[in-house]
Amino acid sequence: MATETHGVEKAVGMPQLDISTFSNQIFWLVVALVAIYLILSRSALPRIASVLAERRGTITNDIAAAEELKLKAAEAERAYEQALADARAEAGRIIAKAKAEIQVELDAALARADAEIAAKSTESEKRIAEIRDGAMQTVAEVARDTAGAIVASLGGKADNAAIEAAVSEWVKA
Amino acid sequence: MATEGGEGGFAIHPMDQFIVTPLFGGDVVRWYTPTNVTLWMGLTVLAVVALLVVGTRGRAIVPTRVQSIAELAYGFVYQMVEDVAGKDGVKYFPYIMTLFMFIVLANFLGLLPMAFTTTSHIAVTGILAMAVFLSVTVLGFVLHGAKFLSLFWISSAPLALRPVLALIELISYFVRPVSHSIRLAGNMMAGHAVIKVFAGFAGALGAASVIPVVAITAVYGLEVLVAFIQAYVFTILTCVYLKDALHPHH
Repeated sequence: MATETHGVEKAVGMPQLDISTFSNQIFWLVVALVAIYLILSRSALPRIASVLAERRGTITNDIAAAEELKLKAAEAERAYEQALADARAEAGRIIAKAKAEIQVELDAALARADAEIAAKSTESEKRIAEIRDGAMQTVAEVARDTAGAIVASLGGKADNAAIEAAVSEWVKA
Repeated sequence: MATEGGEGGFAIHPMDQFIVTPLFGGDVVRWYTPTNVTLWMGLTVLAVVALLVVGTRGRAIVPTRVQSIAELAYGFVYQMVEDVAGKDGVKYFPYIMTLFMFIVLANFLGLLPMAFTTTSHIAVTGILAMAVFLSVTVLGFVLHGAKFLSLFWISSAPLALRPVLALIELISYFVRPVSHSIRLAGNMMAGHAVIKVFAGFAGALGAASVIPVVAITAVYGLEVLVAFIQAYVFTILTCVYLKDALHPHH
């Protein structure tokens, strides 16, 4: 049987040109095409179209959400920067205040110290002057006594007034 | 194939693969007889279902591999229709998708070893091409009436040339289905026949058969490419013809 078919084909040459099989091929082609068309138009194409549309929607939504999050992040960053700047300013203010307070205290302490020092030095000067005065007086007395004693030992008679005048003159000089 | 044993060493029958035979015995091929044509067209339909229906079952936002291929095919043909035929061609997209899926999957299935290539038959491609030709012609007349004939009357050409050009355009218009169908069937047939010839050499050459085997591999790779390209060419020409029917004015 196969041999016979084969022989026929040999005679025809190309199986494509065997017109006796055309009706069969055309019939089954039409069946196949109609089947594919029905499958595609009823099921496959609407489904794929909806999947693609859904994906496009999802992507659009996601991008929008991402934009929103990005804006939020920028806002948060701005708030953070603001807080940071505020904190810096606050810290600066506190530092300045503390500095001013310290300065005031320092100034007060310095003034007080200066005043004490001045008072003490005045007192010291006064005492030094007193001491010096006392010393001068003592020197004059000692000089007078010594002069009186020297005069007496030389056999003279001490003239108190003359000694007084001479000592005063010497001490003054 | 072994029946030619008496003719010598070479028993190459590259065209035997194209013979239409009944599936369940008998040697009479009537129009309704289930034949290998039926089998491979049925497999083509199943492949379409597997790819475009079963493959997209998940309706996943992040597609699986099969769903990706289905979406690629959809986007590929949709883009083609929109780009070539224009926005108003999109409503014929399901028909063109049907053509594309049938041809591309029949071509690929035909590349399986022992397969029967339905698109290698001029009867099949001829019907496809005639269907396209008649559809777009009828569509052109339905949409534009007699103005559809302005497709052949090139108003941008000098008046004296127009009748000549009209004749040429008319001839080329009627040659369309012929070239449309023979291009596809011829490509399919030639590639398969070449592979079969090399395979026959491989059977006869013994140890040296490595050469034809390498050649078969190379031609097979080329045929995979051709299988897709011919489906693409058929589809894009269909889109071009559809564009002519929708916008006949040059």
